[in-house]
This record gives sequence, C-alpha cells and structure tokens, in this order.
Amino acid sequence: MEMGQCLLIKGGRVVDPANNLDETADVLIADGVIVQVGRPEVPGNCRIIHADGLVVAPGLVDMHVHLREPGYEYKGTIASGTRSAAAGGVTSVAAMPNTRPVTDDPSVVGHVLDKARVGGVVNVYPIGAITKGLLGVELSEFGLMLEAGCVAFSDDGATVADTGVMRRALEYARGFGALIIQHAEDPSLVSGGCMNEGVTSSRLGLPGIPVESESIMVDRDIRLVQLTGGRYHVAHLSAAGALEAVAGAQAKGLPVTCEVAPHHFSLTDEAVNGYDTYAKMAPPLRSEHDRNALLEGLARGIVSAIATDHAPHDEESKKVEFCCAANGVVGLETLLPISLELVSGGVVTLSQCLALMTCKPARLLGINRGVLTPGFPADLVLFDMMEAWQIDSGKFHGSARNTPFNGRKVRGRVKKTLVAGKIVFEEGQ
Amino acid sequence: MGAGISYSRVGTMKSNLWNRKHLLSMRDIGRGEILSILETAASFREVNHRDIKKVPTLRGKTIINLFYENSTRTRTSFELAGKRMSADVINMSVASSSVKKGETLIDTLATLQAMNPDVVVVRHSESGAQEFLARNLNAAIINAGDGRHAHPTQALLDILTIHDHLPIMGREDFQGLKVAICGDVLHSRVARSNAQGLATMGAEVRFVGPPTLIPAKVEEAFNVKVYHQMDEGIQGVDVVMMLRLQQERMAKAYIPSIREYFHYWGLTRKRLALAADTAIVMHPGPMNRGVEIASEVADDLERSVILEQVANGLAIRMAVLYRLCTPQSRS
Repeated sequence: MEMGQCLLIKGGRVVDPANNLDETADVLIADGVIVQVGRPEVPGNCRIIHADGLVVAPGLVDMHVHLREPGYEYKGTIASGTRSAAAGGVTSVAAMPNTRPVTDDPSVVGHVLDKARVGGVVNVYPIGAITKGLLGVELSEFGLMLEAGCVAFSDDGATVADTGVMRRALEYARGFGALIIQHAEDPSLVSGGCMNEGVTSSRLGLPGIPVESESIMVDRDIRLVQLTGGRYHVAHLSAAGALEAVAGAQAKGLPVTCEVAPHHFSLTDEAVNGYDTYAKMAPPLRSEHDRNALLEGLARGIVSAIATDHAPHDEESKKVEFCCAANGVVGLETLLPISLELVSGGVVTLSQCLALMTCKPARLLGINRGVLTPGFPADLVLFDMMEAWQIDSGKFHGSARNTPFNGRKVRGRVKKTLVAGKIVFEEGQ
Repeated sequence: MGAGISYSRVGTMKSNLWNRKHLLSMRDIGRGEILSILETAASFREVNHRDIKKVPTLRGKTIINLFYENSTRTRTSFELAGKRMSADVINMSVASSSVKKGETLIDTLATLQAMNPDVVVVRHSESGAQEFLARNLNAAIINAGDGRHAHPTQALLDILTIHDHLPIMGREDFQGLKVAICGDVLHSRVARSNAQGLATMGAEVRFVGPPTLIPAKVEEAFNVKVYHQMDEGIQGVDVVMMLRLQQERMAKAYIPSIREYFHYWGLTRKRLALAADTAIVMHPGPMNRGVEIASEVADDLERSVILEQVANGLAIRMAVLYRLCTPQSRS
C-alpha cells in the first residue's frame, strides 16, 4: 500500500445496511476504495480520522435532485448543488432532466457529466428525459443515453400523461432494463391547483389539487406495467391511495417501486397557512392521513428510497403571490436530520433508515454506491446522531434558501463527507 | 335606522376595541371588533345624507386604491369613503399582476410605500396577495378582495345590513339567525368572509349550491352546513345571500348551462317563499339577472336590501379607513 493514499476511519459506529452491519469498527480505505471494515491491520503511515461517537455510514444516495444546470444557473449550478449535497452527507445525486436544454439527448448527458467532473464535489448521475423536450409525445433515445451515462428516465416536473406514450416508454425501456420514473399527477385534475385540496385550501381560497390526481395516475401506470413488464418507479409519492396501489403491485410481484420525500412524510398542507411559498411544491404537501400512510409505507418496506426532490430557486421565483410562485423546495442539507426523525419516532431502525438513502436507491439506479463493501468506492458520511441543532437556511452551503424547514429543531449533524476517500465536506470548514 | 342606532343590544359597547394595523380577512376578527366597526360606521352614515357630504376627519391623510382587478363598485366606494372624510385619494389600476411580465407586486407596493400613504387599499386576483404584502412591507393594508380568499369590508357591510334588519325579524341579536349563502361558493371570497364574520356574530351559516361549486371539506373549514338542494337550503332562513355566477363557469364543466343553473339554484319569488316571512335578500353585486336571481326578487323592495348594502358599504369603508388612518383611534 502506498503512502498518503491510505486512510483509516477509526472507532465509529459503522452502519452498512447492505452488509447487515451495525457495530463499532474501523474502515480502511486505500486509493479511494474500501479495503476492509472491522479491525484491519493498518500500515504505519496511514492517515487516521477518529470517529468515536459518530455514525460511519455509506455516503447518502439521493435519486431525485434538480441541479438546474444547464440553463437555470441563476437558480443553482452543478457546483452549488453538489456542495449542498456534500454538506448534507450526500455523495451521489441523480440529476433530473428538466434543464434547458432538456437532458433528452446523449450530448446533454455528456455535458452534465463533464461539468460534474470539473465543478462537482459529489458523484452526479444524469437521468434522461422519457420524452423529447419533456413534451410527452416522442421517446428520447434511451439506448444511446444509457451508453452516455444515464441511470434512469423521467419527465419529472411534467407527467407522461398520454397513456399510449407511457405504454411505449415502459415497453421500450424494458428492452434495456431501464427504469422509468414517473412524476404522477393527472394534469387535468391538477388543472390550475396550487396546493392540496382540503380544509386548508378551502380556508385560504387557493385552488386545490385532489389527492386522487396522483393515485389515478399510479393506478393507470401499474396496469401498464402489467401490460408491458417495464420497471416503474413513482417519484415523490405523496398520496395514501398511491402507496396502497404500489403495495398491491409489489404483492403481485410487479417491478413497481416508489420514493418519498422528507417534506411529504414530515409536513402537511397546514404548512401552507400564511401563504408560505416555501411550502409549495409538486406534488403538494398532503393531509395528515396521507402523511401517516407514508410513514406506514416506510415502516412496511413498501417505499424503496427517501429522495429529496431538491429544487433550488432564486428568491424572485418564490417572493410572489402564492399561485404565481414556482414549485419546489431544497432538501439536500436537511435530508439526514429530517429522515432521522423516522428513527427517533420509532418508524424505522437506523439501519433501515440509512438503507432508504444508500443501498436501496443505488440498487434501483444500478450504481456501485451506497455500500461499504471492500472494492467499492469509499463514499462515506460521518455524523453525530444525537447532536441537536436548529436548521438555519442562511447557513446553507448551496445557493438557494427555499426550505420549509427553516428554524426546525432537529438532531443528527453531518461531520464529514468523503467521496472516493477524499474529504469533500467537513463541519465548520 | 341611522346614526342614533344603539349597538349595545348586540353586545357590550366597546367602541375602542379595534387595534389592528391591517384589515386582511375576517378570520380572527373578534365580535367586539366587528361591533366596534359597526358602531363607527353608524356614526358616519349621517354624513352621507348631509347636503355637504364632507367632514375633515382624515384631512392630510393619503389613501391609495391599488386595484389589480376590475372593480367599479368597491373602488368607487373606497374612493368616496376617503373623499367624504377629506383624505387625498389616489386610484391606481394595474392591468397585470406578477403572473404576467412586468413589475412585481412587491416592487409596485414598495414604490407606493415610499410615498408614505397612510393606507393602501388593495384588490388582487390571487388569494393571499395582501397577506404577502403585509408580511413583506410596512404600509397599512386594507384587503378589498383577494382571489377566492377574503373580502372583509363586504362581510362587514353585510353584517351591518343584516344588523339593521334584526328588529324587523323580531330578533335581538345574531344568535341563531339563519343565513343561506347560495350559488358559486367555490370561487367566492364574499362567501368565505361572510361565513367567518357571521359565525363570529353567532349566526348559523349555510352554503347552498351544486356540489361542483362548493369547496372541499367546507363544513370543517368554515363551520357551516352544506345543502345542494336550494329549496331545502333556504327553508326557514332569515337571510338569503345570493352570489354572482361567472358566466364562464361552464367552460370548465362546473355546470352544464345557465338554464339548468337558474332552474335549480336561481332565486325566484316562489323559492323565496320557502324562507322566513321576514327574510331579506342580499347580493354583493354585480348581479346577473336571470342567472342567479330573478328580477322579480331583485327589484322587490320589500325583500331585497341590495341597495342598502351599497349605502352601508360606504359607511363601513369610512369606518375602516378612519380606524386604520388614525392610530390614535385605536385602543
């Protein structure tokens, strides 16, 4: 082993869900790759990071992030988005294609990867558009885009509403084993709505979006999965009915999975009171009934991933009348503490919680991340699980501040983030 | 009716209970505050019947009417209210909001604020626009209607109008008074503000209309009863408040036709007979004759108090402007 390229993370509580590991151990890293987890023999000049009292886990994988570049650099860039990720303990992000130009062509995929190599501090995996221009009409080049480095396909932000097009997308993707990620909202039911339909929307006089807008789309898509055999994943699932449908499909053995976002399992549409545009996103915050269903889905293992739908915005897009405000909230820097509320609340164990943010999404995307298996890239997060702190959006490392969690008291603080054995974030640095 | 009316019979007289910088909605306006405004309004009524309709109360005060939505009656009412109290009143109509291109709402108001008006009266097509402005800027704001959300001065003038008729209904106060708010409740800020204000006063509020025009979970949101059959909904009520139906509602499949709408939810003389004998008919205007209300009812001065509402609107707006322009009048 060569000098200077050896690193030992010593004395932490190593939690590696993929390997069923949760014990005090050391992690030996060489040349950016995991060598051994346990009590390895350590070369004399190995650099040591003491992790006593900290959890040492695989770096988090967020399969749903908007980096905004190319095209919307005033909202966020690959550099600022990945900086945010690193600060949140996230070492791999899947980047949604609703950029300008849209990631619907191998050349745009290449551009995103090039930018990420130069300016990114964590791993970036592009998601390609299902349809050209996100218009819902013609399929993008799945094969060529996969070769260029795409890990999945989605028209996120828009829904593939046309049933025939969705059928073909699932069918064609099956030939490549590709994953289709649907932003499931029936546009004709959304129809100008800007928050969840319910007591709060009625009081505030805001046009509501019925929760069925999501369930109906998921129901339809599951029938298409039955028809086509394509791999189908529901993005930011928010509706109790949709979760039930996913559970039913899984029970039938269909290749159907879903992710949930921290804001959906920790907040309800009451957060919109006062017309807070930082509580506006698509799909919208739902009722307590839906929130409880998501918690149950997490506990029962129906949900495969926690994903942030990190959506940075410039202040101008949010500092307007509620209905005119852009959809979306940032989430990378609050992902871990909000998700740890699931552990303190007894919904899932720490290992289950981390699995939802590491090995499970990595497996869905088919990337060699999210595990501490020897031979895999040394992406790690070191965090203090008990440290109490208050979320302060003014101190975010990314460029945007649009979070509904500002001021929330949480536990669990990221101390260090490593990508391929290199420290990319260190608290207080 | 008139300036000499006593408000003590509907509650303890607390003329100085108003201590707000803005008037944004009826949501947490208390009974005492409402009575305080009614009382102030009553004292201003007499001014509107003088030969020279002007008092110096707000001399040197500046009021800006900032209207992002077409309005004739509300704008005129606020304008006249300010002028009759000798305030300087400026009207600004802005064709487009931030939805379209152009200056943002907040920049427009910041510009006006820099000229130091005492009150800015704002009407806007988006729900919550005034709350958004109040949160981000310093100017005192009166909400003259925001989207589907609130129209507090309309609710206050309606409460004043009902109040005037309590003796005819043989009532002491609002307790147990039955009010049916009928028609396009979904899109109505008038319905929402009235439901809140009337409930605060002790009335029993009903929303009546086709299911497509009633907001979701409205019983829980507003403490009202919902009726889809008009005949059932107005049975025995003391007040029938009709709402304007925008003719374009057919385009989005809310209702099939005006003919069918009028047949089932239009207020006719025959239908009105189902309400209490002393029941009054109200409408915030502008009316669509033959759509939500028959002319035979609208023009029946025995029952229709629609023009009294307009007169009371002026008095209420004088009262609200007075309270917001003169901090010393607040407690």
